[in-house]
Amino acid sequence: MPAIIKVNNLSKQFKEINAVDDLSFTVEQGDVYGFLGQNGAGKSTTIRMLLTLIKPSGGEISIFDKNLSTHRSDILKQVGAVIEKPDLYKYLSAYDNLAIFAKMSGIKADKKLLMEQLKMVGLDERAGSKVKTFSQGMKQRLGIAVALVHNPQLIILDEPTNGLDPQGIADMRNLILHLSRELGKTIVVSSHLLSEIELVANRMIIIHKGKKIVEGKVAELLDPSKSLVQLETVDNVAAREKLLQTNWAASLQNNTVKLQLKMNKEDVPALIATLVTMQVQVLSVDPMHSLEDYFLSLTTQPGHVESFAN
Amino acid sequence: MWNLLQIELFKIFKKPRTYLAFAIIAAFIFLIQLGLLVNGKDWMKFMLGSLDETMNIDYSKLVNGYAVCFFVLNLLLVHVPILVALVAGDVVSGEASMGTLRLLAAKPVSRTQIILAKYLATAVYVFALLLWIAVISLVISIAVFGENDLVVAKTNGLQLIEANDVLWRYFFAFGFAFIAMMVVAAISLLLSVMSENSIGPIVATVGIIIVCTLISEMEIPIYQKYIKPYLFTTYMLGWKGFFYIGSTEDGETIKGSIQYLPGIIKSMAALMVYIVALVSAAVFIFRKKDILS
Repeated sequence: MPAIIKVNNLSKQFKEINAVDDLSFTVEQGDVYGFLGQNGAGKSTTIRMLLTLIKPSGGEISIFDKNLSTHRSDILKQVGAVIEKPDLYKYLSAYDNLAIFAKMSGIKADKKLLMEQLKMVGLDERAGSKVKTFSQGMKQRLGIAVALVHNPQLIILDEPTNGLDPQGIADMRNLILHLSRELGKTIVVSSHLLSEIELVANRMIIIHKGKKIVEGKVAELLDPSKSLVQLETVDNVAAREKLLQTNWAASLQNNTVKLQLKMNKEDVPALIATLVTMQVQVLSVDPMHSLEDYFLSLTTQPGHVESFAN
Repeated sequence: MWNLLQIELFKIFKKPRTYLAFAIIAAFIFLIQLGLLVNGKDWMKFMLGSLDETMNIDYSKLVNGYAVCFFVLNLLLVHVPILVALVAGDVVSGEASMGTLRLLAAKPVSRTQIILAKYLATAVYVFALLLWIAVISLVISIAVFGENDLVVAKTNGLQLIEANDVLWRYFFAFGFAFIAMMVVAAISLLLSVMSENSIGPIVATVGIIIVCTLISEMEIPIYQKYIKPYLFTTYMLGWKGFFYIGSTEDGETIKGSIQYLPGIIKSMAALMVYIVALVSAAVFIFRKKDILS
């Protein structure tokens, strides 16, 4: 698949803070690309750089094979975005908001098209209502309509489920899947909640403190054969030293606090047998299957994560 | 650009705040007109002072539509900048605080175009505001009080402008006032670009106008010589120059003339320089700005 977004060595400094630090990643055509990180990890800063809201301190961004800084207008014509909260003109109606942003996106949108767009997000009956009377979920849906009104090829959704109720979150998830599967859109979706990304994304990146921790296919990152297994023993340091003398050394992760191994889940009994043979007193063995465990593990122990990614 | 301008105008004129200025102006002018309708002669006697004893003056003719409009403009044009700042100070910062600036700046239009469209839309608002003042203070005053000669007070006495020599002066005076108000709009725009909330630029603009006006009017030599020539407020009241009529060596007024035309042109040029400099600065800052709101 051709690359839609190529980011090379991107960085952004705010005074002394490195919000984004030497970040590189690629989004391919048709991807639902999950952009994961805890709050303050640099997701929004990166997304704002993709949308030219923030100027990078260094690095390059190319979208649709064009340099963003030199072909900004051409690129943004094909990009739709919801950036954090769905803030729109509160004193205008849903229809007026949509008409304004359609016009700004460079398309001649007639009433029929705008009403169809509002219908798609379930707001056609509230087209004339002012946005200030809308719930958070309705605003978010209108934000989606604004992002899609000019039929963009690339859709960037920054924390699209923020403030939504469970039904709203489910609707958003379905919409993302519909846009990807039925309409073939390329989507970048950021979130600090792995459970959301897990359900929609096919590829993902995890960033922490502005740096890339890991990038890859979600299916591979969730593959049980690459599960992390976390051990807790009476003396983890001693257990690590003993394991380093065995065939398990290659599986041991570079982590001085926790004792973790990258291994097949099916090999756990053999590991336990080895530990028993070496007279290591095991308190617990936890295979970390879910992306959430993986994410939490990565973001709390970056050094170890890099080795897991390799 | 035309599309952007239409959008900006749509946004400005959909805001209830925009009409506040029109309502305030209408209320203010109607109050003056009502007062002068009741006590116009007394007011004119007060204005002319001791002349009443030396000349035979027909006050009913002097209290006319032109005189009422002149009185209104003298009172009002000092305060209109506040009403201009109310809208111009909000055009960018209002979007930042509402959160719509990031949507706007992520669209395929250049930031320069966004700022210029906002400034042009503000210009339309200012024009509409002055047109509103003109209609209420001039057209309605003429309809109510009638047309007649205009008496204008100068530092060295009074001068009379014939009724058929007045209207064009108002036309140019409003034109000059438009340029002066656009300087205020440019200051507000610049402050608005640098702020994330609306109140700051509005209050700051009013503060700047007050401070600059005070310095302009202080009769302190060092201020008069080194600061006053560079303050925009020094040139803002240049519209009055259109009502200072030229005269012959014998002291007879020359119909259709302006006493200090080069001074007016200089003031207009100074205000234009201010506009270009301030709007350029706003564009420059907005282009460099990281939109974090």
